Amino acid sequence: MLTSVLYYLIFPGLLFAAVAGGLLSWFDRKVTAMVQFRKGPPILQPFYDFLKLLLVKETILPAKGSAVTFVLMPVVALIGATLACVLILMPALNLTEGFNGDIIVIFYLLNIPPLAFIIGAMASGNPLASIGASREIKLIISYELTFLLILTAVILKSGMSISLSDIIAKQSSHTFAGSFSGALLFIAALFCIQAKLGLVPFDIAEAETEINHGSFIEYSGSTYALVILTRYIMLFTLPAFLSIVLLGGLHFKGIQILYSLLKILGIVLLLTLIRNTNPRLKIDQAMRFFFVWMNLVAVAAIALTLSGW
Amino acid sequence: MGIKSHSFKKSLWLFHFGGASCNNCDIEILDCLTPRYDVERFGMKLVGSIRHADVLLVNGSINRKDKERLLEVYHQAPKPVLVVAIGACGCTGGIFAEGNTFAGPVDQIIPVDAYIPGCPPKPEAIIAGIVKLVNK
Repeated sequence: MLTSVLYYLIFPGLLFAAVAGGLLSWFDRKVTAMVQFRKGPPILQPFYDFLKLLLVKETILPAKGSAVTFVLMPVVALIGATLACVLILMPALNLTEGFNGDIIVIFYLLNIPPLAFIIGAMASGNPLASIGASREIKLIISYELTFLLILTAVILKSGMSISLSDIIAKQSSHTFAGSFSGALLFIAALFCIQAKLGLVPFDIAEAETEINHGSFIEYSGSTYALVILTRYIMLFTLPAFLSIVLLGGLHFKGIQILYSLLKILGIVLLLTLIRNTNPRLKIDQAMRFFFVWMNLVAVAAIALTLSGW
Repeated sequence: MGIKSHSFKKSLWLFHFGGASCNNCDIEILDCLTPRYDVERFGMKLVGSIRHADVLLVNGSINRKDKERLLEVYHQAPKPVLVVAIGACGCTGGIFAEGNTFAGPVDQIIPVDAYIPGCPPKPEAIIAGIVKLVNK
């Protein structure tokens, strides 16, 4: 009982994921600065941001919205992200075996943060937040099908196994991304993660310059601290998930530690470079991108998998 | 120095309020974010929503229409919030000080923590003002 509480709160749960995600967030901002020939923020910057919002700033509740829902939703998002992170990392670190079908549970848990943000934005009673929420819903509708097709292909590749530890074990000799269909899946999954994290070509729901942070416009103080903490955790969780299902998993012994670190850093680097070299899409362009092109790529990968490529 | 004030000083998020400005100060403020000056080194970044802001940058002459909006934005900001008046118009009214629609320099409407004079102030002057604000 006590050990599982420690799993959820310390390692590999809340604390570990928050620190790792904060460092990845610094990495993302630093690489962005280097791409733009700037110097960039200091390494502790994400933690300063979080502590400032949590400890110093006042929290303002919406006067004409539902205050309880508004405050509760960042907590729900944080819980969803943490649970997903724990369920992903436990089989990966060999702490527990996981259970049969955990990949499906993870798929649903990864959906909780965006859904909670949508409900929170709707509860704030701000028109720009509702625009952001409606865009986020459309974005979810477009990328979830692709993500599901990618997971289908992964399950097909691992011989119809729906347990993460089985999928990791199947990749012990050769990773899924090494094959032709696996490479296609990796590309599609990268764009899905980009959209799930709300990074630039798909930051339509947030759109700083256009609808002033959209869904998050009314969040201030400690509620916004929870929002950015959730985003740090997602920035760590999703690359970890991708490296488990396609790149052969994370291992924590000997030289494998370095490889695991490089896998996650490499994926975040790719996400950062995509975000720095592309302008924001319109919502119809993003939907077409996922519905037509990414679904096509994922279906082609499934067909290639079935024919043994 | 406590962890609260340390993290506050290390992570000032800026919200830009342009009054009836001639846009020179706006351009100089944006200059501070360019590779040459890069205030993100100090953890500063521009945010789009006043709810996330720690510093309210006000520039341009404040006329009667702007006054209501400035007050509204100031009351919507989560406290503590620092106010910086940028440019001659923000500090004193500049050449608009005797104008018909002029509603007073910024410090007669809301409390101001730092003044950065100049028409427009150079990015170096803005960064010097920011340093004074952080060390205050």
